[in-house]
Amino acid sequence: MPVSWAARLRVLLLQALVLGAVLGLAAYLVNNTLDNLARQGIATGFSYLGRQASFAIGETLISYSAADSYGRALLVGLLNTIEIAVLGSVFASVLGLVIGIARLSSNWLIRNLAAIYIEALRNVPLLLQLFLWWDVLRIAAPGPRQAWEILPGVFVSNRGLVFPVLSWSGGLHWDVPHLAGFNFAGGHTVTPEFAALLVGLVVYTAAFIAEIVRAGIEGVPRGQSEAAAALGLRRWPALRHVILPQARRIILPPLIGEYQALTKNSSLAVAIGFPDLMSVTNTTLNQTGQAIEAIALMMAIYLVLSLAIAGALNWVNARTRLVER
Amino acid sequence: MRALLWLRANLFNGVWNSILTLAALYLILRGLWGLADWGVVNAVWSAPDGRACRAASGEAGACWAFIAHWYRFILFGRFPYAEQWRPLLVILLFTGLVLVSCDRRLWRRGRLLIAIWVVGLGVSLVLMLGGILGLSHVSTDLWNGLPLTLFLAVLGLAGAFPLAVFLALGRRSNLPILRALSVGYIELIRGVPLITVLFMASVMLPLFLPGGVNVANALRALAGLMLFYAAYLAEVVRGGLQAIPRGQYEAADALGLSYWQTTRLVVLPQALQIAIPPLVNTFIAAFKDTTLVTIVGLFDLVATASSAITDPQWRGFYWEAYLFIAAIYFVYCFFMSRYSRALEASLQQRRAVR
Amino acid sequence: MSDAAAAMIELIGVEKRYGAFQALKGVSLKVARGDRVVVCGPSGSGKSTLVRCINRLERHEAGRIIVDGVELTDAPQQIEQVRRDVGMVFQQFNLFPHLTVLENLTLAPMRVRGMAAAEAREIALHFLERVHIAEQAEKYPGQLSGGQQQRVAIARALAMKPKAMLFDEPTSALDPEMIKEVLDVMIALAEEGMTMICVTHEMGFAKRAADRIVFMDEGRIVEEAPPEEFFSAPKSARAQLFLSNILGH
Repeated sequence: MPVSWAARLRVLLLQALVLGAVLGLAAYLVNNTLDNLARQGIATGFSYLGRQASFAIGETLISYSAADSYGRALLVGLLNTIEIAVLGSVFASVLGLVIGIARLSSNWLIRNLAAIYIEALRNVPLLLQLFLWWDVLRIAAPGPRQAWEILPGVFVSNRGLVFPVLSWSGGLHWDVPHLAGFNFAGGHTVTPEFAALLVGLVVYTAAFIAEIVRAGIEGVPRGQSEAAAALGLRRWPALRHVILPQARRIILPPLIGEYQALTKNSSLAVAIGFPDLMSVTNTTLNQTGQAIEAIALMMAIYLVLSLAIAGALNWVNARTRLVER
Repeated sequence: MRALLWLRANLFNGVWNSILTLAALYLILRGLWGLADWGVVNAVWSAPDGRACRAASGEAGACWAFIAHWYRFILFGRFPYAEQWRPLLVILLFTGLVLVSCDRRLWRRGRLLIAIWVVGLGVSLVLMLGGILGLSHVSTDLWNGLPLTLFLAVLGLAGAFPLAVFLALGRRSNLPILRALSVGYIELIRGVPLITVLFMASVMLPLFLPGGVNVANALRALAGLMLFYAAYLAEVVRGGLQAIPRGQYEAADALGLSYWQTTRLVVLPQALQIAIPPLVNTFIAAFKDTTLVTIVGLFDLVATASSAITDPQWRGFYWEAYLFIAAIYFVYCFFMSRYSRALEASLQQRRAVR
Repeated sequence: MSDAAAAMIELIGVEKRYGAFQALKGVSLKVARGDRVVVCGPSGSGKSTLVRCINRLERHEAGRIIVDGVELTDAPQQIEQVRRDVGMVFQQFNLFPHLTVLENLTLAPMRVRGMAAAEAREIALHFLERVHIAEQAEKYPGQLSGGQQQRVAIARALAMKPKAMLFDEPTSALDPEMIKEVLDVMIALAEEGMTMICVTHEMGFAKRAADRIVFMDEGRIVEEAPPEEFFSAPKSARAQLFLSNILGH
């Protein structure tokens, strides 16, 4: 530990130097940028958020029209991103849990099928998988009249995915989609883009979650499964009551990372035309030319989302900590 | 007899497993049958154009003639047709470099390894760019397809590495400003999607440079990748640094080594060796992430394939095209991940024995 | 040892291999109901493997293992039957850290024997009393000392009302001052007539509670004798060497 004032001075000097260099570089870049912006006649500042957006958005959770502001368009995109992130995380977790447990099955066939799933999906780029899903749902899917019924009441056509929903109007009942003219009526429809993005993200992320689950289960000390076995507990009760509760603690930190990754990966929506935060920002900066503000705002929002996910799940983790002396 | 015992123990041990096995076998056989039907039995292996291909297969089979016709475009993009032996050589060179780096004996001789890479990269650049040694000049926007993907992945990580080491050391430093800057950078970059960083590089880099200097699109994407992966590699290196027992630092101190000497001679070599498996995993992720450059206008492997699908003579063979490049990505990523896992197992074994 | 009564636990020519290493080279042993057997020997002699084969934590490759008339094969029903009837206490206790002491004991009776919660609770508290640890029922294992945890582990095995108990070096992971409390519980158990096979280095316990000492070396049973005979006049050279090493210091 530096004790002499000379050493302390050196330490302070080094930090001042680094800070100075960073600030100097920043100043240089900012200067250039302002110059270039002025030369190209691009405005600065966030006032553009109040201006009229003049573009339509295909899929919105809240009401929106082309007459609304850029700010509202951004909000629509953000809500779409959150919707994908939440739905995707839930479905991917369920699928990942099943496949992770299957990966450890005593059944050779099931175990290797799970392994093939995991390896096939983890080693192919996500964008490529999204393109495939999108093309299947857009091109291969038939028109509504010949739509595929993959589950009772759930139809896939090139207009999108439509499924039954619980509805309150006129008493609680299932609103099942049915063919009416050239398209479906009733139920809830999502565009092929939404379906492709969600399915692609879920299937891809589930492969990673499966590996995390597997590592978690294998990380529980062997003595625990031996003690459970010695007591006569069969595989599934042992998993449920002894192994998984302990595996949860090992699984949680990397799982948080996967949820964050899924949220960030949802930005690939821009490549398949789903109006999420990234897409809307892209359209906005193309129209206003104010790339820096738009990108900075978008990055800030994604950062907040990442931190929120980590914060929420760490809070859950802290509350379920093992009690020790 | 042994086969029957194995079947009993592994596939049919218990009612539930037996049901699962039968259900799985049914699904697999149906799936494989359909796949064989589409991919082999009804497939068309040669045809003059898309319509003829469709007619010949009766819409029920794959059109591998599409690949036969387009594979050079998908792999090399718009690189001049006659000169495509050059990007082919580059692909082989890169693959060779990676394979050579897997040989553990080279790890002790760090300088030799770095020299091999530098020479390899230099030769690749010359082959692609041309302009000297009688090779015609090919501008960087014609570097398309697989060579571009490899270049971006390798150079992206190689360039990110020095910055990553500084960030990792900075994050562990006692000096508050250095630590704050490092943490801030790392957490900011890790919290945002890669595509935003690529957009930032693509759109903002020309604005950062004085007087409208025009930077090639490929270089902007490369800069974005480097900035992005520096943050992730920094965490990998930090993991390696954290795994080094305090005793190493204490011994170095006791010997009178300075901070930089300790770092360079004692700490980093050990940290980097521990960090190799996660490093390989980061490379696999980077390799897959290069596909995002499609979105900022670069013509990588995914872009060439997508483009081939839209050709008017050969419309809509997206399954064939995407399966083709998916196979290429899979081969690279799968073998790298096997390698990384084998490495991890053997490194753990060696440390356990100690 | 009565020949008329069928053996409670019987091993016939049992072999077990780990890769190239053969841990058990044809072991035969008969344990009658109420027998208290102590298995000892140098490390690597196969004592743990022997005991772990009995409740199928390890799978034997040759020979037969029969527990109370049920032969141990690959069939899941046989394995489950044996595990219900035989209790095991581990060197590392292996209590479930996320459950309270009470929950550790009620888990198996409820999930394996299908008992109702109230009944299981009663049984659990009864056995916790027997090992003198009932006041810790609501604590978590992490809050207990090693000796306390091992006593809970014994109670947990007893809560399943097993016909026989297996002990795999139950005191080897304990600090010296806690060994006695665990051995006291085991001695009380032995005096009540529980059939037990105990792998241990605690020769004092062996002298006091065992009917028979089984000495193993290099995967084989070398000598089998009552404690007075074994300790005063071991027949084999290897047993003599082992005893002089153990008792010498």
